[in-house]
Order: sequence, then structure tokens, then C-alpha cells
Amino acid sequence: MSGEVRLSRRRFLKYAAGTAGALVIGVGTVGAVDRPPPLGLLGDAWSQVGPYLRIAADGRIYIGVRDPDNGEGTATSLARIIAEELDADWSQVIVEPLGLGITPGNGQPNFTYGRQRSGDATSIPAAWADLRQAGALGRWLLLQAAARRLGLPADQLRGENGFAITADGRRLSYSDLASTAATIDAPSTPPPLKSSDRYRLVGQPAGDVDARAAVTGTLRYAFDETIGDPVIAVLARCPYPGGTLDSADREAAKKIPGVYDVIDITPEAGQAAGLAAQAPALAVLARDTWSALSGRAALKATWKAGDEPEPATSALEQKALEAFADEAVVPSTVRNDGDVLAARKKAARALEATYFQPWIAHATAETPNCVVRLDPDTSVTVIAATQSPRQVYAVVQRMTGFRPEQIDIQVPRGGGGFGRRLEADYVAEAMAIALAKKPDEIRNRPVKVLWTRDDDLARDYYRPMAVHRLNASLDRKKAIVGWHQRMASPSALAGRGTPENRLWQSELVADALPAGLVPNFRSDWYPLPSKLQRGEWRGSPHVTPTFASESFIDELAHAVKANPLDFRLALLGDPRQLPYGGRGGPIDTARMANVLRLAADKLDWSRWLRSENGLGIACAYVFGAYVAHAVEVAPTNDGIDIRRVVCVADVGRAINPLGLEAQLQGATMDALSTALNLAITVKDGKVQQTGFRDYPIAPTAPLPYEVETVIVSSAADPSGASVVGVPSAAPALANAVFRATAVRVRRLPLLRELARLR
Amino acid sequence: MAQQGPTSPVPAPTRQDASQPAPNAVREGIDLIVNGKRYRHTGAKDMPLLWYLRDVLRLTGAKYGCDQGDCGFCTVIIDGKAVAACQTKMEKLPGKRVTTVEGLAADDGTLHPVQQAWIDEDAILCGFCQPGQIMAAVDLLSRQKNPSDADIDRIGNLCRCGSYGRIRKAIKRAASAMKEPKA
Repeated sequence: MSGEVRLSRRRFLKYAAGTAGALVIGVGTVGAVDRPPPLGLLGDAWSQVGPYLRIAADGRIYIGVRDPDNGEGTATSLARIIAEELDADWSQVIVEPLGLGITPGNGQPNFTYGRQRSGDATSIPAAWADLRQAGALGRWLLLQAAARRLGLPADQLRGENGFAITADGRRLSYSDLASTAATIDAPSTPPPLKSSDRYRLVGQPAGDVDARAAVTGTLRYAFDETIGDPVIAVLARCPYPGGTLDSADREAAKKIPGVYDVIDITPEAGQAAGLAAQAPALAVLARDTWSALSGRAALKATWKAGDEPEPATSALEQKALEAFADEAVVPSTVRNDGDVLAARKKAARALEATYFQPWIAHATAETPNCVVRLDPDTSVTVIAATQSPRQVYAVVQRMTGFRPEQIDIQVPRGGGGFGRRLEADYVAEAMAIALAKKPDEIRNRPVKVLWTRDDDLARDYYRPMAVHRLNASLDRKKAIVGWHQRMASPSALAGRGTPENRLWQSELVADALPAGLVPNFRSDWYPLPSKLQRGEWRGSPHVTPTFASESFIDELAHAVKANPLDFRLALLGDPRQLPYGGRGGPIDTARMANVLRLAADKLDWSRWLRSENGLGIACAYVFGAYVAHAVEVAPTNDGIDIRRVVCVADVGRAINPLGLEAQLQGATMDALSTALNLAITVKDGKVQQTGFRDYPIAPTAPLPYEVETVIVSSAADPSGASVVGVPSAAPALANAVFRATAVRVRRLPLLRELARLR
Repeated sequence: MAQQGPTSPVPAPTRQDASQPAPNAVREGIDLIVNGKRYRHTGAKDMPLLWYLRDVLRLTGAKYGCDQGDCGFCTVIIDGKAVAACQTKMEKLPGKRVTTVEGLAADDGTLHPVQQAWIDEDAILCGFCQPGQIMAAVDLLSRQKNPSDADIDRIGNLCRCGSYGRIRKAIKRAASAMKEPKA
């Protein structure tokens, strides 16, 4: 017995009887036939429904989580969204990560679970839109089953904590009802969702579902995977974009005990995978990691730079400044309201400032790695931490030519993502090795590619360096009447098939504040040339522009001797909705003002003028979330001491406040650490950083003891959480540093610049 | 082909003090105790303990992070002292007792107070650095029963996700729990 309920033209809910009296519910797409799901989730029912939910007769409830969890907490929050609508007993819930849901349809892949992408804070809004329905269908079927058994109308029953309960208090457990529920006819329309006043899980704090495994060392990351006793591969890669191999002692490497072979990985391998920039590499294949590392050292590989060496950051900055000054250079004009030049002519005051931000690496805790188990004739299994299983699929499919049903992508929990794992270059490497001719003794063994930290820093998809020049015009009432921002950066979209007039989209957000608040507003973007690989970094189109704009607003406030909080609130003006072309809009200025006020109150902003410590504030609108940071900094002899940091966020409904708080705290710490000390630099055509000594992610000591968070209570639909705490943290810090030291830091990393200017 | 190389685990004979060379050893090797069990390493003497744990013993709790001893992801305890396993060569380990995060909980599954505190404070984000953080905290609490913020500041372990505030709270929570008289 099975049934289905249509949600939209393409998507529907399916349910079926599973083994041993289970009820299994999934969200599917038209035409989908599923691949085997994770063990325990579905039993024999996988062929009938897309796997999200299994209510077993033993009382356990298995929930599959479709989006990868690289530390965003989605394994917990997505499962709770389903469990809430089901009225499940959370203590009985077992969460299983789902691999890529990929099904064949006319030879083309059909992605059973939709986007399955964790990035840009999309997982929660998408889950809110459809995963609730899976839970609601389960509850509806279980209550129908209870009604049938008791001879009562179903509307006289309610679900609660794993039971169907009658008005007079009789209780039937879901586990007893599951097998009957699977025989109930489907409703003609999707069952109604719960009203929020009945929520028992959503909005309540929940610890991470993987916590116990993590603290006992049993949580298995891809890095820990040992499926089929894989051959370990460590690569020596050309450090020069566009460079070539000069020399390498392959024989010396092969003499290292445990080394099987050394094979060439050509740039063509990456191109075959659809990747833009790839450099040649030598892969050392060995029995274990130490042998592979020793083999790589023995190679003593040397490399030649390409014809056009990558310029130093300072050279790119110079190009940016020249472009800003050259009227013949035509930028991409991203937004243009009114007339900024006319406003400037009439202005009582005009100000200009230029901000410089360096290349930034992701430096995920778990370095890139990938396990490939390939049977050249039949199938391939790929195990990799990724934020985009579909991108992994695309690379694997291109390189193997396999049909969808031959490709299995497994996605364990990842050790940090931040945008790095939206790329699948490390998968392409593992695939290239798996496909390469190898000695007989290892021909049929899986391959595991591991990156060392220096590999990771030398071959990242970096957050682009950027130069921002801002011009503002103020009238006699100290109001901003003109705002012209010019940004120059090497686009992260360049070389990926994006048209030139859209390359700015990875770099800035057209309608980011103060757009819409200033009558004459213009935003221009200038491309810079670079051969370094670039990518997304934790909401990057919001990050570097917000540092510039929120620093500059602070500068304007000080220029007119205004309190920066009051100046911002005046800029936001009367409560209203601002049109917003990006995801999450429109912007509600009242919600933005609210988080600013709350952050200021929490830090006791009334001290702003007289405090010996510097107080700084900044805000940002990020993918539908309103965030403000307020920072207190004390000057010290050799720098600064960050005394307090407040982060206030209005993300709409908080699915898991404890997880949301963790995301905000972590994002704030990350943003502060990055702003204080981090820069990737290029010298002699290559990236210089090789480890945490020259790319010093902060330990606990220089960071604040805690990030004080305030989560605004809201019934609005939820936004994401994992990136929203980043953009406003660095400008709030710089604004506080200005009050503490009278030094305006317009160049990051902050501590180096502060030392230079003091 | 099964893995049959010189780094395969060869447990030392039982009832033999692992600090002494085994008299009838099948192969020469480095005898050590990991989480209470005896092992003999017969592979490369310069292999770092981290890769011995991970590749040979398949104990993957200690994580790789930097191979420079800077990040602390691979922190383990050797004879009561926290060290970076990536910086510790096997040749330094004859007779040593190594404890990894897998060896903290009791045999019945009862967690070490530090592990429990980590769960109670919901201190993990991506979780990758946390085995090392936990071992560093166990080390600190073995030396300092009432750690101050300054003591905690001396833990140099990195958390890329920035869970430092909750880690700090978890250390203090564990310190309190470890002072309570056992029921």
C-alpha cells in the first residue's frame, strides 16, 4: 500500500509501508526512482518513496537530512522541522545524512531531493517550504489510523510527543499506528500544517545531534573513511597559476617504502571535469599517509612560473586605483539612482575614503579530501565532504561518462565549509587518479586523496581581494544625499561561463544598504585580472562591501559629529519596505533599526561619548536576516583588547535558538579573527602562506571570551543562519578601534595596519 | 589486496610489560600502549604518531590539521601530558602510554566529564577540532583544578568555526563536575 499527495506540479509527498510495520514518507519529484537510501532509514520501502522519514514499529523515528552539514547545524535543525510537524518524540529520533538523491530519467539526472546545496544560508528557508509537509503528512496518516482504530473522527485526535491523543486523554503510540497508517488512502490535498502556538520543538533549544559522536571521536568525516582499504594519494601541485613542472625525482619517491607509484595529473584532467583553472601535479600513491608524504618530499619537485606571473596584491590595488581615476574605464554599473554627480555639486560636505581588503582563504578545519571507489565497467562511489553534492556529481559524471544510476555520492558530515566545499576540484583529482593507469597491485583499490594544510592554503578558491572607494555627499542637515561606491576585485565568477556584465554578482549585492536610503546612489564594479582561483567565502558578496560601507557610514557620522547609532537610525528613517532584488527582500527598515537599537542597548551605548574604551557598531542585511554587531575595544600598548562583542540577529523564526546562537557566535569569532590577522599574499607569482604560522587563525586568547547574542523573537519565515553573523562584525570592530585609538583602519588585516598607523 | 606492509599492527605479547622489549618478538618494533591496549609498531621509525593512530590502528579521533603542531587538532595525551601527535615520531614512544579521545570514556560508555560538558554546552560546530580541544582541556584540568580564563587562554588549539566561547564554558563546567564528590 502506498499513496501520494501533490505539492506542486513537480513535487509530491509519497508514503508507503516499510518493513516490520513502519510508515515511510518522502518528498519526491515526478518521475523519480530512488537509489538505495542510508541503512536503517527505509528498509524495503526505498523504491516507493523518497527517503525522509521512517516511523518504525519499535518507536524509533528515522529522519533523513538532505543538505550537507559542514557545521551549520542543519542535521539538527532540518530534522526538527520534520519532527515538529509530525509531533514526534525527539528523544526517539535518529538522524541520517542523505547522500545525493540522484535518479535516472531519459539518461538525464533527476535530483530527488532538490538543490541539496548548503551555502548562502539556503537550507533552512527551503526546508521550511517543503520539509514541514513531510512531517504533516505523517501526522495526518497516523491520526487517521488512530481514528480508524478507535472509531472516532480524526479531528477529535491530536498528535503529541509520539502519541495520538483523544480529547478524553486516551493515547496510542505512533509506533503502534505506523503499520496501519501506511494503509490509509492519501488525502486529496496536502494536510494542514500546525499552528505555531502548538510548536514544541521549533523555537526550542536543541543540542547538535552528532555531539556524542563528535566528543568520543567516532563521528566519521570523509577524512576518516577507510572503505576498501584505499590507496592514499598526496599530490605535489604546481604553485604557479599557469605554471609547469620543471623537475622531479620520481625514482627517489618510488624508493620510499610503502610508495606504489607516482603519476602525472595534467591540467586536462581538470578541464575534463569542467573546472576552469588547474595546474599540473604529481600524485604519490602509497600504502599509508606517512609513506605518501615521505614520497612527496622525496620528489623534490620544482616548478616554473607561467608566462604571465600572478601579480602581487599591491599591483592589483594599483590597477584598481588607476581604474577609478580613469574616466575611459567603463565599469559595470550595478545600481544608479538619481544623479550622484549633481548631488555632489550641491553638497554642503563631500567625503571620500578608500578601503583595501586582502585575499582570504577558507582554511576549513578538515582539509579537502575525497575517497573514490571505482569499478571502471559498472559503478563509482564517491565519499566527500561537500556543500554541493550535485557539483560533485557533475564532475564525476563528466569524467566517467557514467549514467546517473551508476554514480553514488555519499556525503558525511564535513569539517567546515564556508564556501570551499562548493567546489569539487579535490573530487576531480581523486577521479583522475582513480581513472589513471596504475600498477596491478593497486589497480582495483579505492583511492583517497588527502590535502595537507599547505596544499589547502596554496590552492584554495580564495575570497577575492578588493578595493572600495566611497564618495558621499551630505546636506546642511547632515543627511547623506549622495553615495557613490566603486569596487574593484577579481570576480569569483570569471572563467565560469558567466557573462561579463554579470561578473559583479559574486562580488557585491546591488541593493545592499544604504541603497534605497540615499536619493542619489550609484554602485560601480570594476574587474581586476588574476589567475588565482576564486570562490565564495561565507556570504562574500555581503562581506567585503559591508566592511567598506559600514566603516564609511561611521566615518560620515564622525565627520558631522554625530553619534554613529543615531546617524544610522536617521539614515534608516521611517519604517518602510525597501525593494530588494537579492534573496530575502524586501528590506524592512524597522527590523534593521530594531537590531541596531538592541545591540547598542546591550553594550550600554549611552557610554559611547565618554567611555575610555571605544564602542563601535555596524549592521547588515544578509539573505533575509537583520544583524547588528556592537563591539567594545580597549587600547593596549601594542594593539587592542576586544572587551565585549554583542551580536543581535533577527532571522525570522529561529528553528533551533541554541544552534542559531552557535552560528552567530562562530561567525562573529571567524569574522574577527579574519579581520584582525588574516591575509593571503602573492609574491614571485605564487601564494606565500603555508600554514597556521603565516595564516594565523586566532586561537581563543586574542578573541573575546564570549559573543553576547540576542535573538529577536519573530514569527516571520526563517532565513538561514550560518553566514549572517559575518558581514557586520569586522566594521563594528574597526569602528570601535577608531574610538579607542583615533586611528581609522581602512586596510585589513587590522592589527598590521593599526601598528603601521600608530 | 589486503594491507600487509611493515606498518601493520602487531600487538605485543600479553602479560608483558610494554615498557620492556618483548623477549620472543616476531619482529623488532616499538612497543607502546594506546588506550590501555598494547601495540607493536614495526614500520617507519620516523612515522608521526598521528598517522600510526589513524592509518595503522584506525583510531581516527585525532584529526589532521597542519603537521606543524600549530592547530592542536591531533592533540593526544602521552604519559599524562598533552602533545601534538603530528609532531611526535614513533621512535620517541617505546614504553609510552598514549590516550586518545577514544580512550576517555569508561568501558560502559560513561563519558569523561569533559566530554559530557562539551555536550551540555553544545560546544561543537563542525566538530573536527573538538577531539583535540577535549584532550587539551583534559590536560589542563589534570594540572589545574580551577582554571582561570588566563589558564584557558594558554590553550593554543584552533577552532576554525569559532566555538571558543562555548569551549571556555565547557571547560569551566567540567572543572565543576570533576570537583563534585562522586555519588
